[in-house]
Amino acid sequence: MSATGIGASVKRKEDKRFLTGQGNYTHDIDRPNQTYAYILRSPMAHATIKSVGVDAAKGAPGVVAVFTGADMAEIGGIPCGWGVNNKDGSPMNEPKHPVLAEGKVRHVGDPIAVVIAETYEQAKDAAEMIELDLEELPAVIDMEKAISGSGALVHDDAPDNLCYDWELGDEAEVDAEFKNAAHVVSIDVTNNRLIPNAMEPRAAIGEFDKATGEYTLYTTSQNPHVIRLLMGAFVLSLPEHKLRVVAPDVGGGFGSKIYHYAEEAIVTWAAPRVGRPIKWVAERSEAFMSDAHGRDHITHADLALDAEGKFLGLKVYTKANMGAYLSTFSTCVPTYLHATLLAGVYTTPKIYSEVKAIFTNTVPVDAYRGAGRPEATYLLERLVSKAAWELGIDQVEIRRKNFIPKDAFPYQTPVALQYDSGDYEASLDAALKLADYDGFPARKEEAAKRGKLRGIGFSTYVEACGIAPSAVVGSLGARAGLFESANVRVHPTGSVSIFTGSHSHGQGHETTFAQLVSETLGIPIDNVDIVHGDTNKVAFGMGTYGSRSLAVGGEAIMKALGKVTDKAKKIAAHILEASEADIEFKDGKFTVAGTDKEMAFGEIALAAYVPHNFPHDQLEPGLEEQAFYDPMNFTYPGGCHICEVEIDPDTGVVEVVGMTAVDDVGRVINPMIVEGQIHGGLAQGIGQALLETCVYDEDGQLVTGSYMDYCMPRADNLPDFKAATTETLCAHNSLGVKGCGEVGAIGSPPSVINAVLDALRDRGVTDISMPATPQKVWQALRAAEMPAAAE
Amino acid sequence: MPNVSMTVNGKQVSGEVEGRTLLSTFIRETLDLTGTHIGCDTSQCGACVIHVNGQSVKSCSMLALQADGADVTTIEGLAAGDQMHPMQEAFRDCHGLQCGFCTPGMVMSAVDLLQHNPDPTDHEIREWLEGNICRCTGYHNIVKAVKQAAGAMKGQAAAAE
Repeated sequence: MSATGIGASVKRKEDKRFLTGQGNYTHDIDRPNQTYAYILRSPMAHATIKSVGVDAAKGAPGVVAVFTGADMAEIGGIPCGWGVNNKDGSPMNEPKHPVLAEGKVRHVGDPIAVVIAETYEQAKDAAEMIELDLEELPAVIDMEKAISGSGALVHDDAPDNLCYDWELGDEAEVDAEFKNAAHVVSIDVTNNRLIPNAMEPRAAIGEFDKATGEYTLYTTSQNPHVIRLLMGAFVLSLPEHKLRVVAPDVGGGFGSKIYHYAEEAIVTWAAPRVGRPIKWVAERSEAFMSDAHGRDHITHADLALDAEGKFLGLKVYTKANMGAYLSTFSTCVPTYLHATLLAGVYTTPKIYSEVKAIFTNTVPVDAYRGAGRPEATYLLERLVSKAAWELGIDQVEIRRKNFIPKDAFPYQTPVALQYDSGDYEASLDAALKLADYDGFPARKEEAAKRGKLRGIGFSTYVEACGIAPSAVVGSLGARAGLFESANVRVHPTGSVSIFTGSHSHGQGHETTFAQLVSETLGIPIDNVDIVHGDTNKVAFGMGTYGSRSLAVGGEAIMKALGKVTDKAKKIAAHILEASEADIEFKDGKFTVAGTDKEMAFGEIALAAYVPHNFPHDQLEPGLEEQAFYDPMNFTYPGGCHICEVEIDPDTGVVEVVGMTAVDDVGRVINPMIVEGQIHGGLAQGIGQALLETCVYDEDGQLVTGSYMDYCMPRADNLPDFKAATTETLCAHNSLGVKGCGEVGAIGSPPSVINAVLDALRDRGVTDISMPATPQKVWQALRAAEMPAAAE
Repeated sequence: MPNVSMTVNGKQVSGEVEGRTLLSTFIRETLDLTGTHIGCDTSQCGACVIHVNGQSVKSCSMLALQADGADVTTIEGLAAGDQMHPMQEAFRDCHGLQCGFCTPGMVMSAVDLLQHNPDPTDHEIREWLEGNICRCTGYHNIVKAVKQAAGAMKGQAAAAE
């Protein structure tokens, strides 16, 4: 292994600029003569817009323009990227999502008007002068009430607030398994709504060049080409060659920066109308009420087991909150990224899942780190632990008993997916060792002496990422292909620029991808630059989400590198006067087999651009290749997370005293970066389990609308992590990689809650919901002590 | 509009500001030092931490006018030329940053911790950094970086004696 190749913990190339304040985030960009936009948002969850009086605001100091929904009515709505069909085959209900509200507002934060002024302060001051006449309507917040048929409608054309009623599997067939079952274990779980909170608030700058007719949008996006496509083709009717989208350094995404947002369309549309660039930067309080939220499922599930604890069948009924409008990928999250994962790591032969997607007067909900897979893992792992406790089977044994064995791959699940590789025993065994499971009873006893309740919780999980084979997702309703592109440009003196459609917003692509190049071409990593985030530089891209960058984007780079070395061999054969078949390439040198004739990669590069004696009918000058890679299957990382908690029974405070994660993410290119990704995912998983939740009151006011109210995990809330990897290679890509961005957030929440319940079950507590706050834990303990008193 | 003057990263600077202009805004918009980041509007996230007269301060919690005459260091002024500060080096070495957005404030805050406590425990580091939110790293590697920097800086101090 070279010091900068595959498997090396290379220090990140991008770090110096971030550490010295030289990062270039959208907020840091100023365009000549720019104006500033402030968005006036709905203060009500649901209301009819009687009038929006903008005359006073238009006359306010510094104001350049004010636009409302009426001004933008001719443009398209914000599109949803995935169609899901109902049980009867009919399409889902897909109401219009206007850029600026038309007729009604449907959630607190729904954009109503934009004020554009010389300074941001002037725009904000002027917005105060807009006369907003809203007639409040009853708000629909609770999903059960929303589909009860008795409440208000978020969209007049969506009866019962139902987006779709979808199913996977044959309910009657699964019911038959239940008839033969020795045990049935049931659970009701809520997967709490989360607010993603990437630390960089969203921002957008729209610009129009009158001379060329070109628009430029700088935006905080995980996928600039996708934004160009969605906004250009569906909202503003701008052709790609006249629309450039730049996503420079982006300060975290976690899903929330995948989607096409109204503000992007507003600044792009308005730029030619005011004749100047327009900059918008979200305040954090705006981010809380306008970034797509995550999770928000309510699920009932039943598991049938035989007398020995083998799983026979599983039925899962989920209600998924879509919020007020359908965000870009919202509809596929509870269906194709959730129900298809319900086999987990187990051999459960029959599975049925029903998902009802529901509109409410809340911010749109979409994919957030893990997207559907954390929800599936949470309900499944809670259910498995509950079954073990009810049947008196050991937590570890019930899992082992039902694991898909390592020699069963490729393994076809009953819920559409075919897992290509995995070894769940290996990651479980490694995790048990790393967590010192054998020492747990002694630790529990010692904690009891200090008056603490200690518990241990497990989660053995698999997820599907590396999103995704275009043919598969296309057949399931995706309105896009999910391939990736790469371009390898070898410069005349042998340095290399890689143009990738993936986008790095913390994941370290500039290092990991450069390692692939350093390894393959045998050149120093400093001679490689990774270019991303600009539609005018990168040919095409589907972007970064679903842990796809390495497994799809990295594979595209490998494919393009393969074309480069093929061409370089032709050049070497010509210059060294050998047959192409005799040229070998190793460690950056092209040699003629069995001779001492050799040329370095840099010499070939120079020759490619100084082709004085090339046979031009056989050999083109230049050394640059492009590739598109469309994966054959999803990738399937899996592993085991073990959490250990101590609970103070007097205060209900839960302390995570041990968090062990052993994940199989396939081949690891940069162990340091992989471990960092896992740490970050674990922090978000523990955050969901113990700290974070989005709260709306019954009128639809966002109660958790700031960092004072929404409990972000802070340094003193989290433990040190024990993270390790096991390795089974992905069977269908050349690198054998699976993806590591989401595993931490997918695997960990049930391990935390199972640990809390393990600690509390001696006291008679059998259920607790996320987040397990001190208040909830305290109440659960008191209720178990004195059932009547706690009510 | 009133005028404000201060020393920033060793240079004398001045500019006109509104009374309501925050120090963070002055640094970013007037001085174009965009390494100081704005991550929230409630003085919770800590992305905007700088040093004012040697102490770490959330620059969104001060008016620019309140810093009149002050000696200010921002993330851009921490390195000595091309030589990064040991804290910056340690963050890189320990992978204590991912997206980089919280990083400037985190580093400035951590540097001030070591001024107060040159040899902090993990617990003390976590308590001190409680006012700096990071969404990417889970803090594990940040804690590691601060410990490593503390070691490096003690070494430097010993060598200088």
